[in-house]
Amino acid sequence: MGNKQTIFTDEQLDAYQDCTFFTRKEILRLHGRYHELAPHLVPMDYTNEPDCKVPLALIVNMPELKENPFRNRIVESFSEDGMGNLSFNEFVDMFSVLSEMAPRELKAIYAFKIYDFNVDNYLCKEDLEKTLNRLTKEELTPEEVQLVCEKAIEEADLDGDSKLSFADFENMITRAPDFLR
Amino acid sequence: MPPKRKNNISINIEDVGMDVDASDSGSEVEARRRAKNRRAKPQRKAKRVSDNDDEDEEEEDEDESPRKRGRKKKAKPRDSEDDEEEDNRNVKRKSSKASRKKAKDESDEESEDEGEKKKKGASKKEKEENKEKGKGKGKGKQGKDAGAEKDKKKKNRKLSSSIEEEEEEKSEGESLSEGEMAALKEEVEEKKKLIATLRNKPWRMKRRLTLLKEAQDFVEKFEGALGKGKGRKLFAFKVMMAKKLIKLKRDFENFKTACIPWEGKIKDVESHFGSSVASYFIFLRWMYGLNMVLLGLMFGLVVVPEVLMGLPYGSIPRKTVPREEQATAMDYSTLTDFEGYFKYSILFYGYYNNERQIGLLKFRLPLSYLLVGVGIFGYSLMVVIRTMARNANEGGDGGDEGDFTFSWKMFTSWDYLIGNPETADNKYASITTSFKESIVDEQMNQKDENIHLRRFLRVLANVLILCSLGGSGYLIYYVVKRSQVFANMNKDDLTWMEKNEVEFVMSLLGLVCPPLFEAIAELEDYHPRIALKWQLGRIFALFLGNLYTFLFALFDEVNAKLESEKDIKNATILALNEYAANYSSYYNTTNVPPQNVHPADVIRGPCWETAVGKEFVKLTVSDIQVTYLTILVGDFLRAVIVRFLNYCWCWDLEAGFPSYGEFDISGNVLGLIFNQGMIWMGAFYAPGLVGLNILRLLSSMYYQTWAVMCTNVPHERVFKASGSNNFYMGLLLLVLFLSLLPVVYTIMTLSPSFDCGPFSGQEKMYDVVMETIDQDLPAFIGNIFVYATNPGLIMPAVLLMVLALYYLNAVSKGYQQANIDLKKKMQMAREEEKNRRNNKDSTNQVMKDLEDLLPNKSLIPPPAEEEPPPPDVVVDKGSRSPKVKPGAAGKGVHLQRDVSLAAPNPRDPVTRDPGPRRGPPENARGPQPGPGRGRGGGRGGGRGRGGPPRQYEY
Repeated sequence: MGNKQTIFTDEQLDAYQDCTFFTRKEILRLHGRYHELAPHLVPMDYTNEPDCKVPLALIVNMPELKENPFRNRIVESFSEDGMGNLSFNEFVDMFSVLSEMAPRELKAIYAFKIYDFNVDNYLCKEDLEKTLNRLTKEELTPEEVQLVCEKAIEEADLDGDSKLSFADFENMITRAPDFLR
Repeated sequence: MPPKRKNNISINIEDVGMDVDASDSGSEVEARRRAKNRRAKPQRKAKRVSDNDDEDEEEEDEDESPRKRGRKKKAKPRDSEDDEEEDNRNVKRKSSKASRKKAKDESDEESEDEGEKKKKGASKKEKEENKEKGKGKGKGKQGKDAGAEKDKKKKNRKLSSSIEEEEEEKSEGESLSEGEMAALKEEVEEKKKLIATLRNKPWRMKRRLTLLKEAQDFVEKFEGALGKGKGRKLFAFKVMMAKKLIKLKRDFENFKTACIPWEGKIKDVESHFGSSVASYFIFLRWMYGLNMVLLGLMFGLVVVPEVLMGLPYGSIPRKTVPREEQATAMDYSTLTDFEGYFKYSILFYGYYNNERQIGLLKFRLPLSYLLVGVGIFGYSLMVVIRTMARNANEGGDGGDEGDFTFSWKMFTSWDYLIGNPETADNKYASITTSFKESIVDEQMNQKDENIHLRRFLRVLANVLILCSLGGSGYLIYYVVKRSQVFANMNKDDLTWMEKNEVEFVMSLLGLVCPPLFEAIAELEDYHPRIALKWQLGRIFALFLGNLYTFLFALFDEVNAKLESEKDIKNATILALNEYAANYSSYYNTTNVPPQNVHPADVIRGPCWETAVGKEFVKLTVSDIQVTYLTILVGDFLRAVIVRFLNYCWCWDLEAGFPSYGEFDISGNVLGLIFNQGMIWMGAFYAPGLVGLNILRLLSSMYYQTWAVMCTNVPHERVFKASGSNNFYMGLLLLVLFLSLLPVVYTIMTLSPSFDCGPFSGQEKMYDVVMETIDQDLPAFIGNIFVYATNPGLIMPAVLLMVLALYYLNAVSKGYQQANIDLKKKMQMAREEEKNRRNNKDSTNQVMKDLEDLLPNKSLIPPPAEEEPPPPDVVVDKGSRSPKVKPGAAGKGVHLQRDVSLAAPNPRDPVTRDPGPRRGPPENARGPQPGPGRGRGGGRGGGRGRGGPPRQYEY
């Protein structure tokens, strides 16, 4: 554990622990992973908070995300610039929200962001179609996709604007038995 | 504006967090507030309130201003909004201090500024306010004339006056009054709460970090100041200790997570096979933890004391291998049968001595043995029930199935833990299938004839399974009967097959039946998660039948042993008497010395407890062997063959018939549960069994994770394990109860063997407790115990418990009912809402009927134009939504921006009158808006719009 002082100061680690659902060891491991992604970009020494970002293409190729149909969206919604470049802070943030310990409410917020492909704070039909096509690898016929999207909106839309606001989404998702992780 | 901002940059930065929790300028503003409060105490409360109002107002302003500014600065972030606000305030502050005139200028500028902004829909009120602001600044120095002025004015005054007092404060020092202390304390508490919940806030990390730092600094700064006088030191100490405690707790948490074993391994499996397979391993780990505690109890309180303080091996008959067995006692075949040296070791009940107190510590071993035997059950019961309760709480409200089929499928069907391409492919396929299924369901709406076929198939499957269950039960019964016959025959005449028939048949059934059930379950075509439960239930029934048949056979044996034991006991007593008589007649003395016989030669009883323990150990071992061999042959060998013979085979082995095995979740889980049942039952008669089980769990953790990773393929239909594995826990609880029964029965009714075990010489095993109470505890405790066990007391106690049970049950039923009602209400509200928005009031049939009965109805042309409604509905929806959303979404800013972006939407309902344009259809539907308006009257202007068209028509 000799190297932990060189990566972060104790205050930094404490701060990260306060802000995330991780333990000290996990944060260090996360940094290791982050460093691995782009060894030439990311410095080992984080005590003076260097400003560096890892591009989307590298993060998406992590084994944790590689098979996920929404990998680009996940990374994008956690990046501050919306393009998918993640600083270490955002990187930790992402895994903190995705971790088991994060509460449902928090997950719901980010899930909403992830499914909101065109970033307009509503899930419209377009978003749903994209979601569906990613989930099924475009195996469904366009008619089926249409039907499913319409049904989904009809089910969850409370205010009748034929798109889902966050309130609708939250109402729907928090009742789902499967919405755990 | 920009230059101003420059001046106040430092404050602005702090101000970012302002709207969230009034933190920010916290330190600064708060200090001023305090200072000012001291002078103007009476007004404090009012100002507080006004302050809050102020902030509300600000927020309102924020909501409004972008709308009005809309065209100018569309995408102005919220923070800058705040900045501006703060700018103004700062400016005011400064100006008041510097010069009155300047202030006026500034405010004028400001008002102009704002006036410009609101040129279109400007209200004069706003301007007045601005003027007043200016005035307020002017009067600021007098500060004390309260009145019916605007809030902002008050605040400005406060701010300006506060600055003067800042200096005073310095001179006066840090003595704070009670109220201020309370306020500060509150603030500090708030900060602390923020720190604790920071991780739950959906903010960017950077913001979180800055906020955290600020909050911590604040707490640091002011926490110390809270105490005063003598109390201060104590308080500081307390704070320090609290900090230390938090640190300690965190370290402990870190340590705890580091101590959870096999986390990495399980995660690995999880990413390859989805959470359902992982749930088995998590269950296995849980089981391991439970058994570690059992091991600690058993070894710490029974086995180790006996080894350390009890008599050594060979000192007394029960601890010695009898003479006739000594020749073969070390043979391999004997040891694998747990005969010979194993039988007379600490592994089994018979080895323990019945000495009341042993060693220097005067350890009461027999008592400890009994208490541990019972305590194991108690502990397991407690743990299982607690886990179940916790899981049940986590489960959340199951939600109303069917309401959100498609949405749920869309948003929650992906298992975010999958990290393996093959599994991912399977998952894609399964999601597609499930969508198709739902689509078909939706289209068919369950009116297909196949439902009958499916029902028939399900019934058929259940009949088949019942048949095979009955068959297996009969087979075991038959075999057990036969084995009893064999047991009476000479051991040397029997073949190996005949000797081990029972174990063999049971293992075979356990091997053959589950796959058979699975094959039959194919007929039923359930969702895999439901199918898994059925499968679990069926195998459970099978195992249970087998186990209990086995137990009954064992009881027969025990009874036989008890009979023979009586004979041997009598024979021993007889021999002893004979020896005494002979001795006294030979030496002519009544003082008979004890017979000097080598412990190996003493006649001894069959010791049924050890025999029972031996059966359980043997069963456990054979179970381990079968399980491991199955994995080795059924999975590993199969995988090897498929993998390497595939190069030279006539069909594709990997895709075709044998293929690779899938991980059998149900079988493995049940195997684990039944193994645990065996441990619970056997632990009393064979304390070593717990240790054996730990070894088994440990090895199977490594062995099975290896096997699953290298020989198995993911399930074809990957599915998520249900959130809580309470189903497993329920089965475990049932098994625990079922294994509790025979053990408690034997403890309470059968008499222990006379020459082996810790209870030898007692009439009943529990007598050891009575003995302790009588002899070692003060008399009054014995009395209490006597009273407590009096039926007269027990009966009322039982009655009370029954009553309590009844009451709690009734209460929980009441809650359940309330829950259902609430759910129903919510559903109704939702439906109502939906229908109202869609403007088809199908729910309110009564109202519709009433409408039909209106006299005007006959005058309106018949509803021939009913076709158009669909477009009507759509447009209606579209035009209506903007009114609705501010309430629903609660985010005016975003909404407004949205409006301007979404071009094609008919968003300007105020200028357009939807009714008349559409004419006839509206005509036909004329009466309908009536109820709509009536119902929704309280909901604001949006509903009223149904009105005008009707009036227009009439």
